[in-house]
Amino acid sequence: MQDLLTNSLNGYIFLASILFTIGILGILIRKNIIIIFMSIELMLNAVNLLMTAFSVHHNNSDGQVFVLFIMAVAAAEVTIGLAILVMIYRNTGSVNIDELKKMKW
Amino acid sequence: MNLTSTLIFLPFVAGLIAFLFQNKAVKYLALAAAVAELGIGLTVYHLYVVGSDTQFVVNLPWIESLEINFYVGIDGISLLLVLLTTLLTPLIILSSFSTDYSKPNIFYGLILIMQSALIGVFVARDAFLFYIFWELALIPIYFICLLWGGENKGKITFKFFLYTLVGSLVMLMGIIFLYLKTGSFAYEDFLKVSLTGEEQTFVFWTFFLAFAIKMPIFPLHTWQPATYTAAPATGTMLLSGIMLKMGIYGVIRWILPIVPAAVIDWGPIVIVLSVIGIVYASVIAIMQKNFKTLIAYSSIAHVGLIAAGIFSHTVEGIQGGMIQMVSHGFCVVGLFFIIDIINTRTKTVELEKLGGIRNQAPFLTVMFVIIMLGSVALPLTSGFVGEYMLFVGLFIYNPWLAAVAAVSIILGAIYMLNTFQKVMLGEPKVEFNDFKKLVFSEKAVLVIISFFILYIGIYPKTFLELSEPSVKALLQIYTAK
Amino acid sequence: MLDLAYLIPLLPLIGFAIIGLGNKKLPKFLVGLIGCGSILGSFLIVLSLLIGITSGSIPNATTISYFDWINAGSINLSMSFLIDPLSVMMMTIITGVGFLIHLYSAGYMSHDEGFARYFAYLNLFVFSMLMLVMGSNYVVMFAGWEGVGLCSYLLIGFWFKNTNYNNAAKKAFIMNRIGDLGFLLGMILIFVTFGSLNFSDVFSQAPQIMKANYEVGIAITLLLFIGATGKSAQIPLYTWLPDPMAGPTPVSALIHAATMVTAGIYMIVRSNVLYTMAPFTLDIIMVVGIVTALFAATIGLFQNDIKKVLAYSTVSQLGYMFFALGLGAYTTGMFHVTTHAFFKALLFLGAGSVIHAMSGEQDIRNMGGLRKKLPITFWTFVIGTVAIAGIPPFAGFFSKDEILAHAYERSPLLWGLGVLGALMTTFYMFRLLFLTFSGSFRGTEDQKSHLHESPISMTLPLMVLAVLSIIGGFIGVPEVLGGTNWLANYLAPVIATVGEKEVHALSHSTELTLMKISTSLVFLTIIIAYIIYVSKKIMPLPEGKESGIQKLIYNKYYIDELYDSIIVKPLRLLSDFSGKILDNTIVDGIVNGVGKSVEVGSKVLRYSQSGSISNYLFIMVIGIIIMLVINLIK
Repeated sequence: MQDLLTNSLNGYIFLASILFTIGILGILIRKNIIIIFMSIELMLNAVNLLMTAFSVHHNNSDGQVFVLFIMAVAAAEVTIGLAILVMIYRNTGSVNIDELKKMKW
Repeated sequence: MNLTSTLIFLPFVAGLIAFLFQNKAVKYLALAAAVAELGIGLTVYHLYVVGSDTQFVVNLPWIESLEINFYVGIDGISLLLVLLTTLLTPLIILSSFSTDYSKPNIFYGLILIMQSALIGVFVARDAFLFYIFWELALIPIYFICLLWGGENKGKITFKFFLYTLVGSLVMLMGIIFLYLKTGSFAYEDFLKVSLTGEEQTFVFWTFFLAFAIKMPIFPLHTWQPATYTAAPATGTMLLSGIMLKMGIYGVIRWILPIVPAAVIDWGPIVIVLSVIGIVYASVIAIMQKNFKTLIAYSSIAHVGLIAAGIFSHTVEGIQGGMIQMVSHGFCVVGLFFIIDIINTRTKTVELEKLGGIRNQAPFLTVMFVIIMLGSVALPLTSGFVGEYMLFVGLFIYNPWLAAVAAVSIILGAIYMLNTFQKVMLGEPKVEFNDFKKLVFSEKAVLVIISFFILYIGIYPKTFLELSEPSVKALLQIYTAK
Repeated sequence: MLDLAYLIPLLPLIGFAIIGLGNKKLPKFLVGLIGCGSILGSFLIVLSLLIGITSGSIPNATTISYFDWINAGSINLSMSFLIDPLSVMMMTIITGVGFLIHLYSAGYMSHDEGFARYFAYLNLFVFSMLMLVMGSNYVVMFAGWEGVGLCSYLLIGFWFKNTNYNNAAKKAFIMNRIGDLGFLLGMILIFVTFGSLNFSDVFSQAPQIMKANYEVGIAITLLLFIGATGKSAQIPLYTWLPDPMAGPTPVSALIHAATMVTAGIYMIVRSNVLYTMAPFTLDIIMVVGIVTALFAATIGLFQNDIKKVLAYSTVSQLGYMFFALGLGAYTTGMFHVTTHAFFKALLFLGAGSVIHAMSGEQDIRNMGGLRKKLPITFWTFVIGTVAIAGIPPFAGFFSKDEILAHAYERSPLLWGLGVLGALMTTFYMFRLLFLTFSGSFRGTEDQKSHLHESPISMTLPLMVLAVLSIIGGFIGVPEVLGGTNWLANYLAPVIATVGEKEVHALSHSTELTLMKISTSLVFLTIIIAYIIYVSKKIMPLPEGKESGIQKLIYNKYYIDELYDSIIVKPLRLLSDFSGKILDNTIVDGIVNGVGKSVEVGSKVLRYSQSGSISNYLFIMVIGIIIMLVINLIK
């Protein structure tokens, strides 16, 4: 059992890395704020996944506790973020991130 | 209550009360407070036992977690400057009586708070407290210059404020550095600290920058002529008469005894800069067209000599610096007051437009001559005693530098006599025919100043003996080597 | 009497204070009384000291300390006076001649509205001068030294409405200050070398210390000598002396002829111990002295202003005194100071009397024939002229002859130069005498109607000084004429023994021959002057008509112009340059540049805030990656 988990840890890491990279690329490439938002969530979840995996691996529950915290924070963040997003959409009629340039010098 | 803390808080409280007093009569309140302060100053002088130890000490914990104490005390060096401050402030307040300043409550309140801060600087024995007072002194003078100043005051006072602030922040760095080394802000602990050569150099320059800007020493002086010219007469007197002594006092108190090795290493550079400043400022003064700017430059020259003498770290030089601080305080306040008297009557300080005033104002002329003689260091006036000792100190340090610095006695005579001639002598001018007679308050101020100039010139012992033991004690660290 | 010594300078000071404070409130009569009375009081005390010292009842050198003046570290100066033959001798001259001139002034200035101010200044001057000679250390001496400079400034610029007078006053003060710088540095060098500035300490240590530090000794003596050239108007600082003749004439007599200008000589005689140990400096003094004497005399030959002639004559005579000092003949120098004080004060006061009568006219081309109208002035002026020309047995003869004798000892050439100077002096003085008093009157009718002899308060001092000019020389009759040199004995305690050894190295017959030669040459010169100005009635050329060398000399060799263009103008340019360009643009520019650079920096940096969120995100990610990479590499 122990052996199996050890071997499959690489797989979790691999998966989490891919998810995280997808998230980053999403943030960098996409212009739609909603998609960017989703990418952020993806990155968060990649981290969560990794934390759970390591928690099991080290037989230490701290990681999983943290995951719960992160999920709570993420939920709050999404709520506020979406609210802001709705306001932006109402004001500008767009969700394209390149249109939001008013905060420059 | 302890006399030292009374000295600090009396003007402060009086200043706060003055703020509330929205009435022209506030000037009498201010004068009364300043005279009361003078009374305390004289009591301190009376009770002071001549010696090198610090007296009238108060040491109360203030911010305990950082070891910051309200630690003040008076020794000979402090006493001389406290006396100077308490003597000059009533004179400066009295000198403003003949002019109507708008918002007098704020004006006089600020002057009193300034006095409190100045006294604080001179008696603080805790480096952090010293720093607080140092910065506190800047605030009232900034507002005095900004609110009642002349042409271009905004830009000029801003520059003055920033310039001095930069210096003091650098000094704060030095203070914190010493604090980290000693774990205390107390002066005595700073004295005991042993630093390596490089650390001494660091502390030396951080402190010196603040003091050099305040004095000011060439080439850090450029804020000064403009500020003196733009500030109201009272502000100029405070700045030149007392505030610049903060820098000199700082050198004597916080640099010489704490980082002796750095003084020996870097002193030559400072002295050379000072000597350059003496000649440079004197030369510039010769062709100035504005009376105020001219005196501002002459002040740079005088202060340069004091700095050079002090950095010679000889008893003669430092004692000369002490007495010259007092003398310069009286002379420069007197000169700026004369400028103010002339300015309020003729509406100009341009030398070319003045002239022939002697016919209308014989009394003013006599006072002008006496104060001028003090300023050009004629024997039997206060200026000579100080300059002579400073020259001796500098000469012991390096004869050639003393010779160069002494050229200032010629240049000083040139620009002062020129000025006197342009302002007072010559054919009487028609436009000054109604030159108003001097009022009592003006006469009183001038007579008192002239009295001190002559008194110090003839019997400087009264002042010299106060600071001599302290200066000697302070220099022991050099003689021990 | 010694315990009254403090009154000597104090009386004039009190006089100054009373007159100065009372100023116009006091009646003129009272002002004159206080002014003259205070000096007379001092004079009487001095006289008693003089008698005491000559009779031996007062010790040769007494130092009286009154209070501590400047004390700090090794500086230990007290306000103290030294009573010795030299100081008493100077005090006698100052208070004696000073009193006569005060008396004269009471008449001369009686119509001036600044009468009280004048007397206040004059009393302050006497006070300062007394401080100068009485001080028992160099700093008290320096206090008097600068004090007389101040009074000279105040008195030259007495008529302050006139810009030229003010300029002359300023020039005098500043030139003096240049010298004072030398004095100050010399004084400090003495202090550093000897550890004291008291005469007694310095002179007693001088032989050992000066031997050990020869160069320092030279430096000290040279620096002090620079001070002397300023105060006593020697080359190169002599140009201030002729200008102040703008001031009231009694002032010229007192300050710029009899007393203040001799301060330099007094100082060197006082320091003779030091100078004797520095022969190099003595040689320089000798050269400067004789060159000044001849140079100023040539200028005097062609001046037309009665006071300018006397002024250049003073410069020339002062040069003579320095010449004597340079030869090591200190007593002789003092001797000439004394006789010069008598006859030059007399001449100046005589000139003042003439100017008074001429309603302010000073140009000798507009005078002439005044002998009849001003008999007392004329005869006293003749006595003064004869005395300065050095005709026996008048005062100038003895002192001048002693100088010449000393010069011959050194070298016949120096003697020749000395005689040349004496002859020029004789020529221009007799030219002045003839042009002013003989011939016919050349002024305006208006002036002619006003011509009158001066009041008794003015002529009395003239007569007293005339008597002194006749008999003054007898205090130092040379042995060859069967006299004893009383003065040399009197001053002997003050003078270093080394210098005076060779006084009578000259054989009596040589000395007598030299006397005869110089005296006959003087007579010859007088005859020449008589022929030119009386027999042939040749007039000096009007303004601007001079040509060639005469023009050069009349314009004082353009030295003033030279100084103006090599010192004054460059200094002004430098000042303008430093003030406007160096200080405002460069030094302040750097300061402002620091402020500006912050401003510019912030301007540039704010463009990085593009406002585009995707940019920010991109930069953030790149940043994270870079941090990771750095972490990995570590």
